[in-house]
Amino acid sequence: MFADYSSSELMAIFAMQGFAGLSLFSIFVLMALGLAIIFGQMGVINMAHGEFMILGAYMTYLTSHVFESLMPGLYGAYFIVAMVVAFVAAGALGALVEWALIKRLYHRPLDTLLATWGLSLILQQCYRSIFGAREVGVTLPDWLMGSVALTDMIEIPINGLFVMVLTLLIAAGVYYLMYRSNWGGQVRAVVQNRPMAGAVGINTEKVDRATFALGCGIAGVAGSAFTMIGSTGPTSGQLYIVDTFLVVVFGGASSLLGTIASAFTISQAQSTMEFFLSGSMAKVLTLLVVVGILMLRPQGLFSLKIRR
Amino acid sequence: MRMRDKKATTHSPLRRRLLKGFIALQAAVVLGNASIASAEEVNTTGLAVTEDTVKVGILHSITGTMAISETGSVQAEKLAIDQINAMGGVLGRQIEYIQEDGASDWPTFAEKSRKLLVNDKVAAVFGCWTSASRKAVLPVFEQYNGMLYYPTFYEGLEESPNVIYTGQEATQQILEGLDWASREKGAKTFYLLGSDYIWPRTSNKIARKHIENKLGAKVLGEEYYPLGHTQFNSVINKIKLRKPDVVFISVVGGSNVAFYKQLKAAGIDMTQEKPLFVTISVTEDEILGIGGENIDGIYASMKYFQSLPNDNNQAFVKAFKEKYGDDIVIGDVTQAAYLGPWLWKAAVEKAGSFDIDKVRAASPEIELTTAPEGYVRIHENHHLWSKTRIGKAHTDGQYEVVYESADLIEPNPFPEGYQ
Repeated sequence: MFADYSSSELMAIFAMQGFAGLSLFSIFVLMALGLAIIFGQMGVINMAHGEFMILGAYMTYLTSHVFESLMPGLYGAYFIVAMVVAFVAAGALGALVEWALIKRLYHRPLDTLLATWGLSLILQQCYRSIFGAREVGVTLPDWLMGSVALTDMIEIPINGLFVMVLTLLIAAGVYYLMYRSNWGGQVRAVVQNRPMAGAVGINTEKVDRATFALGCGIAGVAGSAFTMIGSTGPTSGQLYIVDTFLVVVFGGASSLLGTIASAFTISQAQSTMEFFLSGSMAKVLTLLVVVGILMLRPQGLFSLKIRR
Repeated sequence: MRMRDKKATTHSPLRRRLLKGFIALQAAVVLGNASIASAEEVNTTGLAVTEDTVKVGILHSITGTMAISETGSVQAEKLAIDQINAMGGVLGRQIEYIQEDGASDWPTFAEKSRKLLVNDKVAAVFGCWTSASRKAVLPVFEQYNGMLYYPTFYEGLEESPNVIYTGQEATQQILEGLDWASREKGAKTFYLLGSDYIWPRTSNKIARKHIENKLGAKVLGEEYYPLGHTQFNSVINKIKLRKPDVVFISVVGGSNVAFYKQLKAAGIDMTQEKPLFVTISVTEDEILGIGGENIDGIYASMKYFQSLPNDNNQAFVKAFKEKYGDDIVIGDVTQAAYLGPWLWKAAVEKAGSFDIDKVRAASPEIELTTAPEGYVRIHENHHLWSKTRIGKAHTDGQYEVVYESADLIEPNPFPEGYQ
């Protein structure tokens, strides 16, 4: 199938495909990180993850309007502010939900699944009532549009680069929080042995709330970033949720490193196959491979070895 | 009223004149009533028709994932019903609608349509949007002999005695667009891209046959992505590599937004028309979510655009904005949904009855000269004769009409040689 193309064309295509794969990888990591923190550290399956992302997207939409009407001169900078707003809003809602709902269901994992699913429906309908059933268009500042032309053939989308950098920053931030900070030590202690962590004086309730809020906040940032590449509507969160769960489950629930490895594997497999096959077939094959591997390794790629 | 009359007689000449007017008015109403056939005459099958009202159903998703698309249809149908009522209703009866929510769930559509037909005994239903929802309610409408006015452009391959299809079927929408691209833009190679379900697949099947057999051109690729897919970088790379003259797109829903945003980000300037992008799925409604700046320069092939300059449409757009606000946009399906109540009214009046069988018999050859899209007529096969237009998208989210078919195009839901 490559006979018709010159070698320079092929080089360019491989370079761009490589970039497409990396960009898909960073998107997967970004959307899965929040879920992985909540699922991995707390054992809560947050079905409303997509809706927290869309909350971030709507916050971006609102921020852009505020900037447009109040300070048009600074419009270029709104996106950065919007991500902070998205993080705070989604995190705050997360903390509220943890306090009102999740806290009461810690010993009933299946019930949290149902409760968060119900929450996702409630949030969707709220978005619909507040912002309307139609999708809203989020206008990007000019510096995020367009692409960098490396050669005639190779063009790198700026927003793709932006998502990559953002993912790197957030991943680094989460790593620092979880593995280098005092608070991260508490979180990990709670994960490994909750009664014992409580016994040595860690306020497990507070740790839970902060963890849940952090996960939701990251989802909000992800949603904010995704306004660059996807749609913003009441049910747009549903578009991401399946891939997100796939990445987290495949990676091994309680390992952040596993999440990253699994995002890398799935994204590279998918974008390579998409190039050679049609989109639907690529998805089918990716899912088949994931199912196959999970049959052999039900705990996922990486797992935490602890004594229960 | 009699009380007031008594008072009036005892007062000034002005009052007396007014009173005369009153009497004349009452006489007119009485006369009017005499000319209006009684409920038993116009309704022999037990529909919800009284001496002064008739009930119809509106069945769309106002919750769930399809609410994005179906909201416009609901608005259009309500506007049409309001306007008809203001003109005196149908056979002298005011239309009352019962609205049900299909909730983007096909079994719910079936259940609600059963409720509308069996419990509410509505005289007509305006509703459904996706083909899946239509297929789900079809057996119910055929079993209980109801009448459905279905607004969406769709894949064809269906002709039910209980459905009037007010949108275009696939060949009406697609062939004109392909011919135009080949004739006006000299297109020789095509790339077909769609979401993975029945409408894009059937549409592309028809498109491929037409491109290969009638236009003598080549299809370089045909691809489908799952509904809701959000990553299109790979297919954009493929398009860059294959360099087709035309990319023919039937991607729907949230995927649409992702596709055009990523296309733009990948450095493809759609206004260059290299390749030329022709869509059959993006109406003004979808552009709201995509953003005009991300779609500037693509072409759409459909029967209606909000920017159509004719008088009917100007009045329609004005009325629509008065009712729903200045920011509202109107897409192809919204206009088709607006036709439903009017076509039903015309058929009922021609039949002189609300009975489903009589309305059905009266439906073929019903014409509307007041349709926003211009003139439409119902065909024997329950689809509409309509024109097809090509619009070019601009940054303000509106299409500029660049081409219009010379004649009305005959609906052909079972196209021979295209299957």
